[in-house]
Amino acid sequence: MVVPSLAPCNDFKDWGAIMAQNKAKMVSLEEGGFAIFLVLLAFTCIIVAGKTFDQVMAFHAGIGALFAAVSVFLIFKTYFDDGGEPIPAEIDGKPNYNIGPIKFGAIAAMFWGIAGFTVGLIIASQLAWPALNFDLPWTNFGRLRPLHTSAVIFAFGGNVLLATSMYVVQRTCRVRMPGKILPWFVILGYNAFIVIAGTGYLLGATQSKEYAEPEWYADLWLTIVWVCYLLLFMGTLWKRKEPHIYVANWFYLAFIVTIAMLHIINNLTVPVSIYSTKSYIVWAGVQDAMVQWWYGHNAVGFFLTAGFLAIMYYFIPKRAERPVYSYRLSIVHFWALIFIYIWAGPHHLHYTALPQWASTLGATFSIILWMPSWGGMINGLMTLSGAWDKLRTDPVLRMMVVSVAFYGMSTFEGPLMSLRSVNSLSHYTDWTIGHVHSGALGWVGYISFGALYCLIPWLWNKKGLYSLKLVNWHFWLSTLGIVLYITSMWVSGIMQGLMWRAYDQLGFLEYSFVETVEAMHPFYIIRALGGALFVLGAVIMAYNLWMTVRHGEAEEAEATPAGSLAPAE
Amino acid sequence: MSAWKKHEVFEKNSFILLVGILVAVAIGGLVEIAPLFYLKSTIEKTEGMRPYTPLELTGRDIFIREGCYTCHSQMIRPMRDELERYGHFSLAAESMYDHPFQWGSKRTGPDLARVGGKYSDDWHVEHLRDPRSLVPASIMPGYPFLAENRLSARDIQAALSVNTFIGVPYTDGQIENARSDLMGQASPDTDAAYEFEERWPTAKIRDFDGNPAEVTEMDALVAYLQVLGTMVDFSIYDDKANAR
Repeated sequence: MVVPSLAPCNDFKDWGAIMAQNKAKMVSLEEGGFAIFLVLLAFTCIIVAGKTFDQVMAFHAGIGALFAAVSVFLIFKTYFDDGGEPIPAEIDGKPNYNIGPIKFGAIAAMFWGIAGFTVGLIIASQLAWPALNFDLPWTNFGRLRPLHTSAVIFAFGGNVLLATSMYVVQRTCRVRMPGKILPWFVILGYNAFIVIAGTGYLLGATQSKEYAEPEWYADLWLTIVWVCYLLLFMGTLWKRKEPHIYVANWFYLAFIVTIAMLHIINNLTVPVSIYSTKSYIVWAGVQDAMVQWWYGHNAVGFFLTAGFLAIMYYFIPKRAERPVYSYRLSIVHFWALIFIYIWAGPHHLHYTALPQWASTLGATFSIILWMPSWGGMINGLMTLSGAWDKLRTDPVLRMMVVSVAFYGMSTFEGPLMSLRSVNSLSHYTDWTIGHVHSGALGWVGYISFGALYCLIPWLWNKKGLYSLKLVNWHFWLSTLGIVLYITSMWVSGIMQGLMWRAYDQLGFLEYSFVETVEAMHPFYIIRALGGALFVLGAVIMAYNLWMTVRHGEAEEAEATPAGSLAPAE
Repeated sequence: MSAWKKHEVFEKNSFILLVGILVAVAIGGLVEIAPLFYLKSTIEKTEGMRPYTPLELTGRDIFIREGCYTCHSQMIRPMRDELERYGHFSLAAESMYDHPFQWGSKRTGPDLARVGGKYSDDWHVEHLRDPRSLVPASIMPGYPFLAENRLSARDIQAALSVNTFIGVPYTDGQIENARSDLMGQASPDTDAAYEFEERWPTAKIRDFDGNPAEVTEMDALVAYLQVLGTMVDFSIYDDKANAR
């Protein structure tokens, strides 16, 4: 905060006027509310950090106190800098879109993406060369694997979803999103969650629930951030200037609401004490397994599918300059997808101690799910009608279209693997890992890359990307990487599944377990190679985006791309 | 008015859209999860299941901390090869005190649901310290630091209380003496061990890590591994009565 000198001088001649204004503008309810909340949080963190014997808790409470204190400082700094003046929602009759938090999310996505892919490459290499575990607690596979999955799903994917949703909902509602602090709280609070979760894994704080490993205090924090995200999104919809809510926003809303429901129920837990990182989940055994995979499969369904379908519904029509293929198809497949997906979880538990009625029900809905999934794929691909030639010239559009093709492939493979007989072979093997990565690298990765390639020039007012040639390199390197990854995991998974059940002529099991581990070694090397190519592609992308921001040609005058999308009739 | 026109109510009202989504996504979970809490057949009737001792529970927490579940399942399926390789298929009853469950989803290493009693304590200690010294082709990380970390008894009593609160039937005596029992189970021929035996008649008392000088995380983890799959008495278990 700058305190003006009392002595009048030329530099400060307007200060009197500004100070007079300052007196008139009180701290808004939003600023004051967040400031009080964060001050209380900082004090709570300091008390916990001081009283705990748990080093991880002390570290995390320290981070929490620091983040909260810095945030309070920033709230007041901006208040004094702009004199508490509200930011205009419109300038010259045009919406004054809030893009600061979106820029942050886009950069964070790229950063976490490369970090998460790299950790993936490290753990893939550990499976091929176990010496890379270094026999240390912080570097062993068991702690790094959740770091990888969370970094790519929640840090990379999550930031892409936050950034694009804030962009898309403002554009398609033709309105600035509400709040001055709220959008920043959502994006910064979410990234603070990532830091707490990620460092927690390395230090051994984990619930062991797959894709929901963060401990109770991180979960609690995420719940607060997520409710604010829902309010922000709904608030923008409430303020909208368009009569219709655009289809992408239905998917974003379904993603936000359903993830809230899944997160809260799956993470119901009782901490050993407020000073301890350790907690025990309220669910036990078979019920916990059911809740976990209800959560786990719908983290795929709503985080990695619904959210990214929203991206597809905005960025593909925009880039192809074609309307969405069928509005009616989007209505049918939206409701079918969200209703059916939620049932599919128990197919992860075939032949386990979960009662068979439940896993069969899950598999049945998984097969039905094939149709709405392909409804989305068809709607995405057919949007290219009349613009297919652009695939030749625009590698960004090509990336997004290939992404939809990968979506189609994994949503066909998924129902297949949910069949009891197929699952009896594929479960517990690398086939599942390959399946996940065809969806994660192909679908989620490529649609995110495509969206970021579109978004960065738009956000920084650039005419286009620094280099389409580099996009081409990224596309082909990572495509080769994905192909190596998926095919090697198909082979190693099916091979291992068959070796486990192989009998010799005398009726004995033919292979010991460790023989099946040995047999997978070459495929683990191929997989790591595929991962390395994928990382390389992402590094090229980061360089390209960096050069776009730094040296790209500025867009003139009307910088923003044309307004909202009209629904196709 | 066509059905498509009627859909506009969702497209034009964000709150109605929100409620519509909530209804659509709530149904599947309710139908699949709720019955598991009241259908009696969900958890089989067995003899022998007991809560984990303080040492085993601590070992389980270490198993979770190190992410062992990322490579080892604890769920044997009822196929011939799995029954021959690992033993009787896993029952729901066997994980009824597991908060959270550890069924796993991937077998980079073998299933551990019935690893208890299959190998000696010495084997486990050596294998955890340096897996490739015993299984040259193993790709498991080594955990030599477990044998060096002394066990902390600080939170064990609170841990048992919390488990009781969420449904694990620990007795008052077991909770009150959790700290002493934690050390007693790994310190044979001490007073703490004799007292432990009274409260936990079916648990094994041994110096699991082969180091009598101190009770370490290695003691706890090996104690946990050695109890896995050994609680249910299958000589009197009725597969047919519990068929679902």
